[in-house]
Amino acid sequence: MLSFILRRLLVAIPTILILIVISFVMMFAAPGGPFNSERPLPPEVMANIEARYGLDQPYLVQIFTYVKNIVLHFDFGPSFRLRDYSVTELIAQGFPVTLTYGFWAFLIAVVLGVALGVLAAIRHNTWVDYLATGSAIGASVLPNFVLAPILVLVFTLWLGWLPGGGWNGGQWQYIILPVIALATTYLAAIARITRSSMLEVMNSNFIRTARAKGLPMRRIILRHALKPAMLPVLSYLGPAFVAMITGSVVIDVFFSTGGIGQYFVNSALNRDYSVIMGVTILVGVLTILFNLVVDILYAWIDPKIRY
Amino acid sequence: MAPLLEVEDLRVTFTTGDGAVNAVNGVSFALREGETLAIVGESGSGKSQTAYAAMGLLARNGRATGTVRYGGRNLLELPQRELNKVRSEEIAMIFQDPMTSLNPYIRVSDQMAEVLMLHKGQSKRQAVAEAARMLDAVRIPDARARIGMYPHEFSGGMRQRIMIAMALLCRPKLLIADEPTTALDVTVQAQIMKLLADIKRDLGTAMILITHDLGVVAGSSDRTLVMYGGQIMEEGTTDAIFATPTHPYTLGLLSAVPRIDREDEELLTIAGEPPDMSRLPPGCPFFPRCAFARPENATLRPPLVTLPDGRRRACHVPVEEILARHEAAQ
Repeated sequence: MLSFILRRLLVAIPTILILIVISFVMMFAAPGGPFNSERPLPPEVMANIEARYGLDQPYLVQIFTYVKNIVLHFDFGPSFRLRDYSVTELIAQGFPVTLTYGFWAFLIAVVLGVALGVLAAIRHNTWVDYLATGSAIGASVLPNFVLAPILVLVFTLWLGWLPGGGWNGGQWQYIILPVIALATTYLAAIARITRSSMLEVMNSNFIRTARAKGLPMRRIILRHALKPAMLPVLSYLGPAFVAMITGSVVIDVFFSTGGIGQYFVNSALNRDYSVIMGVTILVGVLTILFNLVVDILYAWIDPKIRY
Repeated sequence: MAPLLEVEDLRVTFTTGDGAVNAVNGVSFALREGETLAIVGESGSGKSQTAYAAMGLLARNGRATGTVRYGGRNLLELPQRELNKVRSEEIAMIFQDPMTSLNPYIRVSDQMAEVLMLHKGQSKRQAVAEAARMLDAVRIPDARARIGMYPHEFSGGMRQRIMIAMALLCRPKLLIADEPTTALDVTVQAQIMKLLADIKRDLGTAMILITHDLGVVAGSSDRTLVMYGGQIMEEGTTDAIFATPTHPYTLGLLSAVPRIDREDEELLTIAGEPPDMSRLPPGCPFFPRCAFARPENATLRPPLVTLPDGRRRACHVPVEEILARHEAAQ
């Protein structure tokens, strides 16, 4: 097991290098650059700026310098557009925000999604199932850029219970709406996967054995069915967790939370090369990490899997 | 003495998208204590569903009517809690496919121990110790060491032994074995049948042995019940059924058994297909495939009548005609 984890972490290094190279190539292939504007700068000024950020170097040298700075100094470079900020600072400032609301959203999506899915499965083809499945489908087709304004309309403007935006150091009133807006779609997806997986497991031969043994339904579900039913859910949860804790542009922009979700779109539109690379690497590393966590959990659930 | 289990006019219907499927159509039989009854029939004859109905194990879309009387109570009407007490403690069941019938995610020790902890209120330690003794009894080598393993670490035959051991933990009066050897290879089949015979001898457990393998039936049952189209075709002592079959379907089954003492070139089969259980003909279900069929049998369902020798059969064809054919074939 330990050697499996080490091996996977070693493989992660070339994976991230490839991720960096491909991102660089795509960035440079896109027209325009961080310092293009409607009114072109004088060529001498442009050359100066580009020299300052190293953009006059050949691409290979730029990639090499970039990787070298990360490895030696953990330096992801300065932001090209937000003067006086380094990428590390931007992420250090924004990531705790998205991590906070993303984590809570994840927790709620998993707990409620699994509960709803299990309930729908064991009450298969009854009104409980139809209600759960129906609302899950409803929630999964409701995009968060629609849900977020509705939430603000109801809870801020009509009821006046919760603030409609801001972060305020992560006070709980400010977290609730972003969490609901982010969690809903994932909750629905988890409920649907859980339901179909649970239905399949409940029809399997070993559940029939458990019933023949005279075990009460509660024990059959919790002890015999839940673990295997979680396997397909688990493979969805790894990437979903990463997507949630790195936030969403809709949430960050709509609720002005100041998380890093906004950078995914803004940095690309602004050609803010170092920020694009920073968030790409962050997501890449987290994805690799949590896929590994999923694999370890798989081995924990399924005794047939041994690394 | 009242029979241990008495099934009366059992009917099982499944509601499907294509309409109702009548899997079991009025089956009645009784089982005495310590007796082994073989239920024989091809796939879809309703033999397994008969047992599932008695144990309350039908699929969600299935419904059972009639009575399954055990210990003075109708199992079909028992509340879930009471039925759960009957299961394992009074009637236990083992299944066709030992590879998938044990939970692959739970250690054998835990799967076995939970039966004793739940039904007998034993502690975990007691329960595991007793489970290990039971594994010993069904001749799992090195049981004490291997009980902590997962099912996939055992072979198919060993897993069926584990299933049997688990079924016997509470000393049930009746063991229902649903095609217990079908998924196993021939030498292992023989070992499992031997084990079941030993259990019957040592513990006096009554058994219902569901199978399509007449070879299995011959050596291991007191009585045989032949089913077709969800109905009883013939029922009697196993010796009588094998020596003098009085039903065309039984006769067909017996002649379809390959025999090494004859040099037949061809393997005999019963021509035709098993019936569509959602559209059973009004007459005898076996009519379309019957070698003795007469036109009136298509519309008139034969009643199950008791013959002078005590066996029951459902057929319009005179017994003599079938016996004559049977003797000619010998």
